[in-house]
Amino acid sequence: MKQLFPAQHVMGFLFSLLLSLVALVAVLFDLSFTAGMTILVVTALVQAGLQLFLFMHVKENAESKTLYLNILYALFVGLVTIFGTLFAMRWGYMVK
Amino acid sequence: MKWDEFFVTGEPMIYAAMVSIVVVSLAIPIALTYFKKWNWLWMNWLTTVDHKKIGVMYILSALLMLFRGGVDALLMRGQTAIPDNGLLDGQHYNEIFTTHGVIMILFMAMPFIIGLMNVVIPLQIGARDVAFPRLNAISFWLFFAGAMLFNISFVIGGSPDAGWSAYFPLASLEFSPTVGNNYYSLALQIAGIGTLLTGINFLVTILKMRAPGMTLMKMPMFTWSVLITNVIIVFAFPVLTVALALMTLDRQFGTQFFAMQSGGMDMLWANLFWVWGHPEVYIVILPAFGIYSEIISAFARKNLYGYKSMVVSMVAISLLSFVVWAHHFYTMGHGVMVNSVFSITTMAIAIPTGVKIFNWLFTLRKGKISFTTPMLYSLAFIPIFTIGGVTGVMLAMASADYQYHNTMFLVAHFHYVLIPGTVFAVIAGFHFWFPKVFGFMLNEKLGKLSFWFITISFNVTFFPLFILGLNGMTRRMYTYSESTGYGPLNMLSMVGAVGLAIGFIILVYNIYWSVRYSPRDIDQDPWDARSLEWSTHSPVPEYNFALIPTVNKLDAHWFAKKEGKPLATGKYEPIHMPNNSGLPVIMGALFFFWGFFMVFSWWIPAIVFGVLILGTLAYRSFEKDHGRYISVEEIERTENALRGAQHEN
Repeated sequence: MKQLFPAQHVMGFLFSLLLSLVALVAVLFDLSFTAGMTILVVTALVQAGLQLFLFMHVKENAESKTLYLNILYALFVGLVTIFGTLFAMRWGYMVK
Repeated sequence: MKWDEFFVTGEPMIYAAMVSIVVVSLAIPIALTYFKKWNWLWMNWLTTVDHKKIGVMYILSALLMLFRGGVDALLMRGQTAIPDNGLLDGQHYNEIFTTHGVIMILFMAMPFIIGLMNVVIPLQIGARDVAFPRLNAISFWLFFAGAMLFNISFVIGGSPDAGWSAYFPLASLEFSPTVGNNYYSLALQIAGIGTLLTGINFLVTILKMRAPGMTLMKMPMFTWSVLITNVIIVFAFPVLTVALALMTLDRQFGTQFFAMQSGGMDMLWANLFWVWGHPEVYIVILPAFGIYSEIISAFARKNLYGYKSMVVSMVAISLLSFVVWAHHFYTMGHGVMVNSVFSITTMAIAIPTGVKIFNWLFTLRKGKISFTTPMLYSLAFIPIFTIGGVTGVMLAMASADYQYHNTMFLVAHFHYVLIPGTVFAVIAGFHFWFPKVFGFMLNEKLGKLSFWFITISFNVTFFPLFILGLNGMTRRMYTYSESTGYGPLNMLSMVGAVGLAIGFIILVYNIYWSVRYSPRDIDQDPWDARSLEWSTHSPVPEYNFALIPTVNKLDAHWFAKKEGKPLATGKYEPIHMPNNSGLPVIMGALFFFWGFFMVFSWWIPAIVFGVLILGTLAYRSFEKDHGRYISVEEIERTENALRGAQHEN
């Protein structure tokens, strides 16, 4: 029975649907910008983690160390690009 | 659009180019038909998925583009050699410095590096091909389609003329109304997708297909440098893809991403361009460091000094390469805080690079150095590149950069980094691995002659530019008056450029001479080198290794030679190899025509070719191709016909 009904995955699937619904709150209700963004960022992070660990099996891979390293590198480059651009082109631009 | 707008008119040099293009494009099919070589070309080259042949095609294209970019360079030096010269007009000069930059970086340095990667990496890690051979062929044909699309711009429609960095607002439709910059965005887009695919392909190849026993820390240094390079490719190229897509949207679909009003931001292009552009510099320089590491340790007859610190410094460079991009536009409006941060990160790169320089010097120390052509290039690289590096630190200081920015000092600096860094390395690698691929060596005498011509002329060409820059000559000015006093040094630089051209002509003549006369009786390891590629035959059979070698330490091939023990033992087994495919070259052609019609905004044919491209993808999804097996008898036949394999049965 356990093989026929992968409880963990079904639960994970329901939970990811729930997260998507929670994210909807940000547009359905009249929230402040900060509150909406907080909800979106938090649900997005949990969702990404859920997908990565449960459905993309990062942990179960024989080379999970390489994968983590890869994800870290991608995060580094992505965050540097986004915040570096904001830093160079917005926050620190034309400041004497 | 009228026909006289379609073709570039009014320049005798361009008419000459048109005639030569027509003559060559007629001559090639006629010659192929006359010598009955169509079938040979299709079966052996156009449809090949063999990494060695793809590598050779990359390098041939790179040499062709070196010629194109070199002619551009000679024209620029010719124009500026004397004050108030009229060889080129301002517009033509703008087009030529733009295409020179784009071609030399993206269509010469990149394919040359990727060509050497293709030839060497699977051999160096003891693999039979790359992880995705078909994808590799697609990479090549996309690069080739992009390169050809970019090159026809100077006879059809007009070349891009906003500099190789194509800064907005100059590159916007308003200020560059010709199709030139459409060529820029679309040709680079097509070639860039090819490069991104190469990045993924080699990352997987190196991580997954190493010979048994070859752990990461037992990989040859060139393999390490290529691994890190491909990590940078995979993370940096998507930025270029997005930036170019936004450029296309802005120029052809009326969006306002890089506009100066309507909420757009023109400086965002410069920002995104260099977010990709600075890692790109390291994409072309890190493999060069790998090549030098191989060559220096091979010809100093010593193992590489400081292997671990070499790896660590390359990883450090790969991370730092992503945090320095704003140093390309210190003077364009940043505040003090931004400039200080990027100054410090930039200067920090000098540390890992310095570690590498010292490691090479210590590898040379007490070595039994043999002065072969590849070694001469590597030895010349160290001091010349150091001049490039030191002037780089000068430019890294934001406040001082206000003095140097966009002067010939900068031009001299990046030529001092890129020519000894990348060009010397690929030429050295070309001489070094040539016998592996073709089974005979390039002539050493001619090789050394071209080395001396290239090295001396390089300094004569570019050193005067440092002084000119400090005297106030800006880059990209097509002429100047005699009273500026720039004349004599520019003339000296022109003399050097002619010397460089002679050096490269000798290099090409060397290839011709060696093909005809070079002795064919060399063994598989003519340089007495250290890594795995020298343990199989020269030229390398299709399957690379009849038996996969087992590796237990760094430089396993070297120690196997010294101990007289074979690296691989066992019985031949049938070898699984990928089938050739015509799909990649067809995709390349479809992308070329799609790009061409997109450039001119001819939507209907562009959509037709877009659909055809999707069709090739769909076809591939349903194609059943399980590859083929090379039988044991065939392996035996090949092995007996070739010389000097280093294994036993």
